[in-house]
Formats: sequence, C-alpha cells, structure tokens
Amino acid sequence: MFAPFILALRAAGVPASIMEYLALLRAMKEGVAGFSVDDFYHLSRAALVKDERHLDRFDRVFGEVFKGLESPQGEAPRELPEEWLRKLAEKVLTPEEMAQIKAMGDFDSLMETLKKRLEEQKGRHQGGSKWIGTAGTSPFGAYGYNPEGVRIGQDKSRHRRAVKVWDQRQFRDLDEDEALSSRNMKVALRRLRRFARTGAATELDLPGTIGATARNGGSLDLHMVPERHNAVKVLLLMDIGGSMDDHIRICQELFTAARSEFKHLEFWYFHNCLYERVWRTNRRRRETERPTFEMLRTYGPDWRVVIVGDATMSPYEIIQPGGSVEHWNEEAGQVWMSRLTRHFRKAAWLNPVPQDHWRYTQSIGILQRLMENRMYPLTLAGLETMARELAR
Amino acid sequence: MAQFRGTESYVASRELEVAVNAAVALQRPLLVKGEPGTGKTVLAQEIAKALGYPLIEWHIKSTTKAQQGLYEYDAVSRLRDGQLGDPRVHDIANYIVRGKLWDAFEHETPVVLLIDEIDKADIEFPNDLLLELDRMQFFVYETRKTVQARHRPVVIITSNNEKELPDAFLRRCFFHYIRFPDRETMEMIVRAHYPDIRRDLLREALNVFFEIREVDGLKKKPATSELLDWLKLLTIEDMPPEALRSSDAKTAIPPLYGALLKNEQDVHLFERLAFLARRRGG
Ligand SMILES: Nc1ncnc2c1ncn2[C@@H]1O[C@H](COP(=O)(O)OP(=O)(O)O)[C@@H](O)[C@H]1O
Ligand SMILES: [Mg+2]
Repeated sequence: MFAPFILALRAAGVPASIMEYLALLRAMKEGVAGFSVDDFYHLSRAALVKDERHLDRFDRVFGEVFKGLESPQGEAPRELPEEWLRKLAEKVLTPEEMAQIKAMGDFDSLMETLKKRLEEQKGRHQGGSKWIGTAGTSPFGAYGYNPEGVRIGQDKSRHRRAVKVWDQRQFRDLDEDEALSSRNMKVALRRLRRFARTGAATELDLPGTIGATARNGGSLDLHMVPERHNAVKVLLLMDIGGSMDDHIRICQELFTAARSEFKHLEFWYFHNCLYERVWRTNRRRRETERPTFEMLRTYGPDWRVVIVGDATMSPYEIIQPGGSVEHWNEEAGQVWMSRLTRHFRKAAWLNPVPQDHWRYTQSIGILQRLMENRMYPLTLAGLETMARELAR
Repeated sequence: MAQFRGTESYVASRELEVAVNAAVALQRPLLVKGEPGTGKTVLAQEIAKALGYPLIEWHIKSTTKAQQGLYEYDAVSRLRDGQLGDPRVHDIANYIVRGKLWDAFEHETPVVLLIDEIDKADIEFPNDLLLELDRMQFFVYETRKTVQARHRPVVIITSNNEKELPDAFLRRCFFHYIRFPDRETMEMIVRAHYPDIRRDLLREALNVFFEIREVDGLKKKPATSELLDWLKLLTIEDMPPEALRSSDAKTAIPPLYGALLKNEQDVHLFERLAFLARRRGG
C-alpha cells in the first residue's frame, strides 16, 4: 500500500529507491515512529529524501497521497491507525518477497508487481470512493480504510494543530527547479565552482626528496608538494536575440563571477544555431566576427563548451543548408553542431525553456540529439548536472 | 535500547529525534546537513551522551583519504628504523597505524563514530568508505588480518554541502537537514547554554541578531556560535538591554559586534551601511 506513495515521489523527482523503501518498512516494524502521523511523516522523510532540495517536493507529495489522513470533518490529523501501520510492514510484502526483492534489487519490477496487486484490490474494494479521490494514489482507497477506524490519541493536544507540518512547505526555498535568477545566483555559483575545483591532494616531490635525503647523508627525508591544480578552461557560446537577453545576462554574470575558478573563460556569440561564423561582442558584431573554424582551431579539445540558448526555431534552421533566417549558410546548422561536439570532448547546452515544454518543440529535440542528450534546463538542478557532466 | 531525546544542553526537534532513532535502530549512518553553526557536530556528542557510548571523532580535511580512516602503513618510519638497525623493523605490524574506523570497530563497547564535514574531502571519499561501512570490516593487506567490528558503531556524518555526495552512499543513510533555527528555537538554544540570561537582554539581542542576518552581501552570516559568544560578552560587560535597542542594524552598530562578524570585509560592509544610514537619517 506504500507503492503509490513511492511511485508518486519518483514521479515528482524524488529519487527514492528500493533500498530506502525497505529501510522505511523495517523502521516501521521496529516501531521507530510510534503511531503518530507526524512521526510517520518525519520517519518517511528521513528514510526517503537524501537531499534538502527535494524536501519541498516530498511535502507536496506527502500531502497529496495522505490526504485521507484527515478525519472526515476536515480536522487536523490525529493518529495513524495502528492496524494500517502493522499491515504496512507485514502485508504489503511477505518476508519471502522482501528477500526476493533484496536479491533482485530491481525497483521497477517490484513497483510493477505492487501496482498490479493494488489494481486487483481496488477492483474488489467497495464504497469508500471518497478515499480514492487522488487519482488512485490514496493508500486507503486500495485497502478500504475506514475513517471510523481512526484512533484518537490519548495525548490530544499534541496532535491538534491548525496546519499539518508538510503543508507548511518550509523547504520551498531549497527546491532546485526554480529558474536561474539573481536570487539563487549564490547557490548557482557554488555549484559551478564545484566543477572547477578538483581535489587538493599532495604528492611526493621526488627530486626534492632525493636532494634532501642525500644532504642528510642517506637518511630518508620526505618532501611533499601539492598536486597540480587541474584548472578548467571554459568556452561559453551564447545565443543572442530578443527572448534570450535576460538569460544571457544572468549566465554571463554567473560565469564571470566564477571566473577566478577557471584557468580561462571565453565568451562567444551566435544566433539561434551555430553556423560558420561566431562573434565576440554582441554590439560590435561585424568587427568581432570570426570563422567558426578558427574558433575550433584556437581552442583545444580539452576546453569545456557551455552553450546557452533556447534552441527554439524552425527545424530548417538546423537541418537545411540556407536555413538560417539572417544569412545564407552553405552548410546546415547540424553540420556545425556536429563539428563542435566532435572537436570538444566535453560540451553541454543550457536551455532556459522549462524542461516540461521541451517535447513540444521539434527543434529542441533535434538539438538535444545533436548534443548527445547533454542539454539541461537553466535551473540550479540543470547547472548541477551540467557541472557533473563537464567535470567527468 | 536507549532513545535519543533533546537534553538540557541540546535542543532537538522531534524530526531530529525520529531521524536519529531510525538510524540507531536500523544501524545505518545518519547524514546531517545544515548551515554551519546549526549544531551538527555537537549533535554527535549529544547522541553519544544519550546512548551512553564513547564518541570517536574523525574530522575530515580536504586532504583526508578514506584509507586513513582504516589504517596507514608508515613506510618512512620503517625505512628509518632499517637504516638505524632497529630490530622493530622486522615486524611490519609495528608500522601499521590505526585509523578512526579501526578504533571504532575494535572498541569493547559500541561507540558513536562522527565523520565530520565529509564534504571537505575529495569527491571519491564517501564511495571509498561504502564497503567498510556496509560490511563493518576491512582487510589489512600488510598483516593479512581482517578487522571486524565487534559492535556496529552508530555513525553520524555531517556535511556543509560543499560537494555533492554519491547516490550509492546516500541510499544507505538516513538523512536529516537542520534548518537554521527560527526565533523561538533560538531562544531555547540560548537558554540551554545560559539558563539565567536576562529575558529583556535576550529579546533585544535576538532582534539585532536576526536583523544582521538579513543584511545583504555578508560573506559569513552570524550563526548560533557567534550569537552565543556575543551574548556571553554582553553579559560579562553587563550591557544594559537599552544599549541594544537603539541599534537598529541599519542605523547604528551594536556593541561588541566583533563577536558577531568575524570577517573583516563584513565588518567594513556593516560600518559603511551604518554610516550611510546615519547620514541619510540625520
Ligand atoms: N540545537 C542546539 N542546542 C544547543 N546548542 C546548539 C544547538 N545548535 C547549535 N548549538 C550551539 O551552537 C554552536 C555551534 O554548533 P556546532 O555543532 O559546532 O555547529 P555545526 O557543526 O553545525 O557547524 C555550539 O556551541 C552548539 O552548542
Ligand atoms: Mg561542525
């Protein structure tokens, strides 16, 4: 009966796995949470969420899935029915099943099984449709939970409260799917630095050691030196033009603020798609224009390329020679994109268009493919994934 | 098994209690994150106290390697002993230096093992410890000996969030994020440290404290430890609460603010702001 909860969490982007799910079941069995709703909330949170940026999503999903915990009068939640909790650990999965799953380690097939089982039970279930209101995600719907069965706690005052904890949304500010803006710039910067930085280890200074040991009359005298800092070189390619301006400004600010972390940082501009020319200063485009070939020759394959653009255009602008809207291009944009990704081993595309809209725009799909799926949303999360990808 | 609860000296929210007790009951590491000064390090001490276990602390630096937690082979000492003709040199076991994990594993009683600021280390560090923490044993190649935990230690891991931790590692932990205390909680924390503090002084001090935290552009916002230091100074100097009242963070500088702002740039920023505000006001 937990399955809908876990599924909903995963659908909301909280990466809870089978391991955590089993840990939660065991903790329930051990009685860690007692039988109060709040404890159950705290426990499942500690078991299933491993990143504070996901806490707000967890709260939302919890509120949604466990809507049924409110008593019919709509008062604040009292206690989880004991029965429900006990069954939770024992009935959802038999010990054998638990062992099997552990051996299997396969979350998806487990979820499939559980889902099927729930469907069956839902079919048999009569009445109580009230509890299945949330698209079948209420665990009570499936198990015919009856509100009359709610035990009222002895310690009433503890549970009587105007707002449920998870409804307070205390972790909203920590969510990472918010678009990049000057507000979350600092966090973004921290993410970016992470990818510039590498471990500060020390290594043996061989010549130093030999010299010192010799001076010492043969008695060993070790010398260490800090490992060479493997500084990152970054090439930032930005799409200019109307809708992009704000995003470009933010990105420039962001990378400039992180400049000291990079060995080199270079800005170049293009329009919509990469073609045979790029330029350095947007206002003086004509004077600062250079052949793209030259750019590819100038910067070695070890440079990290970050492209910023909305990738939103007519598909012809990418796949057709002459498809560009502002000049005649001998070769299609995709030819240039392939040259770029073949030359630079590490490249990523940051896209300010919200990710759930991507699939509605054909050109985004095409460029995503040309980027070998290294297109990320221009959010904290996207920046993070980009950083990880580029640091690899 | 003893349960962990907040104590006289440590204010713990119910959610923190649940997370700690889950980790203890299931014998899994508890990962604690939160701004500096939110009581992560002290938590491990409190858990040890509550459970009656000794505490073994392993403070991580940027150069710390996972292997150092298990053991290190001190080849340099051995070479030196060899050159000096010391007979110890013949037994390699003399040059195996135990790490904190080894200490924790071989302790006669269960212990609390604190791995503090794990994010300081190299990105590979947590992964390198996975197996040992999972199996609670490791092999010492030099002496062909397996070190096995007599009791699974309670493992508390803290992070200031400087680096991302690997998924495989996270999946094995329980997790708790300590939010920066709100005013009410902060009052309780202060009282836990200074039960006799004057009510009006505390009120005014908290006003100033939370106002300073709001100032934009501070490199290091004052946190709990700074507040506690500052209050101590204020009490020692017998500062009257009124002396704080006028010090709206925007118009004046609170007395003894050096305890709150530890960073020189922040002090400058603060003085400049106060100066500008006074000029505009006057
Ligand atoms: N909940 C709390 N109850 C009592 N004291 C606290 C609490 N949180 C923080 N403190 C005090 O704040 C100071 C900083 O705590 P510390 O554990 O060093 O923080 P962190 O490790 O998170 O940086 C300590 O003096 C500690 O006693
Ligand atoms: Mg600490």
